[in-house]
Amino acid sequence: MSLFREIISGNRQSLAQCLTSIENEDDNYHFLSEIYGHTGNAHLIGITGSPGSGKSTILNSLVKLMRKNDDNMGILAIDPSSQFTKGAVLGDRIRMQDLLGDKGVYIRSMATRGALGGLSNAVAGSIDVLDAAGFDRIFVETSGVGQAEIDIAANSYTTIVVLLPGAGDSIQASKAGVLEIADIIVINKSDYSHASLTKSHLLEMLDIASHSHNIDNNSINSSKNIWSVPIVSTVATSGEGVDELADNVYSHYKYLCDTGELEVRRRNRIRYIYRLLLQKQLYTRLENILLEERSIQQLELLMQGKNDPYTAVEHLMKWFDTH
Amino acid sequence: MMSSPLRILVAKPGLDGHDRGAKVVVRALREAGMEVIYTGLRQSPSMIVEAAIEEDVNAIGISILSGAHQILVPKVMEILFEKDLGNIPVFVGGIVPENDVEELIDLGVVGVFGPGTSTSEIVRVIRDAIS
Ligand SMILES: Nc1nc2c(ncn2[C@@H]2O[C@H](COP(=O)(O)OP(=O)(O)OP(=O)(O)O)[C@@H](O)[C@H]2O)c(=O)[nH]1
Ligand SMILES: [Mg+2]
Repeated sequence: MSLFREIISGNRQSLAQCLTSIENEDDNYHFLSEIYGHTGNAHLIGITGSPGSGKSTILNSLVKLMRKNDDNMGILAIDPSSQFTKGAVLGDRIRMQDLLGDKGVYIRSMATRGALGGLSNAVAGSIDVLDAAGFDRIFVETSGVGQAEIDIAANSYTTIVVLLPGAGDSIQASKAGVLEIADIIVINKSDYSHASLTKSHLLEMLDIASHSHNIDNNSINSSKNIWSVPIVSTVATSGEGVDELADNVYSHYKYLCDTGELEVRRRNRIRYIYRLLLQKQLYTRLENILLEERSIQQLELLMQGKNDPYTAVEHLMKWFDTH
Repeated sequence: MMSSPLRILVAKPGLDGHDRGAKVVVRALREAGMEVIYTGLRQSPSMIVEAAIEEDVNAIGISILSGAHQILVPKVMEILFEKDLGNIPVFVGGIVPENDVEELIDLGVVGVFGPGTSTSEIVRVIRDAIS
């Protein structure tokens, strides 16, 4: 049986091994060509927010609730790798006890493995495998550290940003980017006081912020202004407010479908991935060129003042154009 | 290219609420460059095996304090073999009486680590069993 057949027949082991190959950058990514034609059906949902804000606990209640309507749900939970040892403690499952043992939910914990954003490099490919495998909705929980905003927005169609009550001032100072990518804002732990204060604070800020969802400068302009970003207060530990959150996830997806925005975001996502891969390859090539004999000789000429860097690079670019 | 980090599941079945020992091991494995998937307390044997499959781990560590090793560990081993996953090394940590250690090893458990075992020893045995 082909790998793809095994995966769509629900073989969790094959699915899990596929994700490992992607994660380890094994040279067998040709299986992606087998599955890629079957992607594009899942609703991709990102959830981001600072460490400990309650992302996993929210997913626990949210996915449990949404399972009433969806047969298959996937969760990719990212936690940071240690910079020094490369090791990681992947503990998101601890907060997802209600989902463990549910055959309709697949949870995969992943370490960032040195990726710059709060995601792992393997996230995009893993999403595609789950998508092809027939998961209706795929959630990605960011590690909450680093510059995850662009990565998570690029990889999802609906982005949920989790904030904590009373964090209004600090958001204004440093996290403006987080509000720009939000399709839904959650104020979790609203069992603490100050919750309503944050909400009014946020409403003010959202009014000022432009809600463009541009992933990079060249992405197609989205018609996001039709969607007004809801702010949902939750107590994830008790499940309070999570039904309202689920309703908003459904209506955002409906909005995406009805307006054609889903198509736009899907195109932007693919473009983002294509660009990242290309960037990586070109960068490797560049590094290799710098090690080549001609570069070493060129450097010598530059040292002796027999050539200048501008002319040297111009020559090299001409060489590229003809090769 | 550098080799990819090993992925290890650390599970804590049974009803006792102490996971200090498990946490020490989790930290040691992380320091040794491994990615540790920690599932928390009160995992049933089938939940442990499911997690091992979903997470595609290289080894499973089971932490036990309650003396329940005689029931829980054999059950985990049984499900693993049933699912043709007998090749995943399984370790047990916690207080296991001398006589029972042999029994666990006979079941296919690769190592049993009592309270005095140094973390470097644990890391070494796990590495050896995987490679
Ligand atoms: N009081 C209260 N505690 C909460 C609430 N939601 C989550 N918590 C607790 O906050 C802590 C962190 O929750 P997690 O769900 O692990 O947070 P996270 O954002 O996934 O954390 P990382 O994955 O480490 O970034 C846990 O101890 C939760 O039980 C809430 O609404 N109210
Ligand atoms: Mg989490």
